[in-house]
Amino acid sequence: MAGEVPNLAESKLRALVVDDNLVNQMTHHKLLDRLGIQNDVVCNGQEAVDVHCSGRNYDLILMDMEMRIMNGIQATKILREMGIESKIAGVTTRAEEEERKEFMEAGLNYFQEKPLTISKLVSILHNLDFCVQNQNHTKFF
Amino acid sequence: MGKFMQGYLDEQFMELEELQDDANPNFVEEVAASYFKDSARLINNIDQALRRGPLDFNRLDSYMHQFKGSSTSIGASKVKTECTMFREYCRAGNAEGCLRTFQELKKEHATLRKKLEHYFQVQASDQLCVINQLQNMC
Repeated sequence: MAGEVPNLAESKLRALVVDDNLVNQMTHHKLLDRLGIQNDVVCNGQEAVDVHCSGRNYDLILMDMEMRIMNGIQATKILREMGIESKIAGVTTRAEEEERKEFMEAGLNYFQEKPLTISKLVSILHNLDFCVQNQNHTKFF
Repeated sequence: MGKFMQGYLDEQFMELEELQDDANPNFVEEVAASYFKDSARLINNIDQALRRGPLDFNRLDSYMHQFKGSSTSIGASKVKTECTMFREYCRAGNAEGCLRTFQELKKEHATLRKKLEHYFQVQASDQLCVINQLQNMC
């Protein structure tokens, strides 16, 4: 499997993991690392907003839906109101259709069910049009 | 992973093993340690909440949502099944169902913990064997 995993280190993509669960934080961080994507981790929607207020920005945000203090729906709305145009992928365990709709309408670009895997993450990147050119100028996606 | 773990861990655990590399050679064990630390806290919270009457089903459901989330992420399939059942009983306001399911959940959780401890011990001693063999070849 290792041979098939794309390495996006050259693309210098930066991602933000927003999840209040430690196991998910560790897993999503490692998944992104494996793809060569530099990433930060925050524990809830409020911290996601704060980190943007402090001036940081990201190409991709993996946003969990249910979090204490501030959930993913609220955080997504606030980030969009702030003018943040990063691609935001909602990541959550199987949600009711209405909850998904509410999350998408908050400003998501994409939605993926947890648990995340390498192939689901690659699918997120593909669907959000993250193109990478390697040294031979060949597109990965 | 073998028959020893069959039924207790699903393909998500294998995904975690795929992520383990030279940069993080103990990644899976570290994730497992976080899971058991987190789940011990949740079990304690749920235990306490179940002793208070009348039951606060919303709070219990919220704790169990977290528990299910962690369990799903590590691939703990039997624990996850009990979490799902518990949440259904919460939604139905069925206190007896919650209590009964929680006892099962704690049993499955304890079994999983023992199995994983053994699994990591076997892995560590396998690695030691390999190192010893390589050293003997030199």
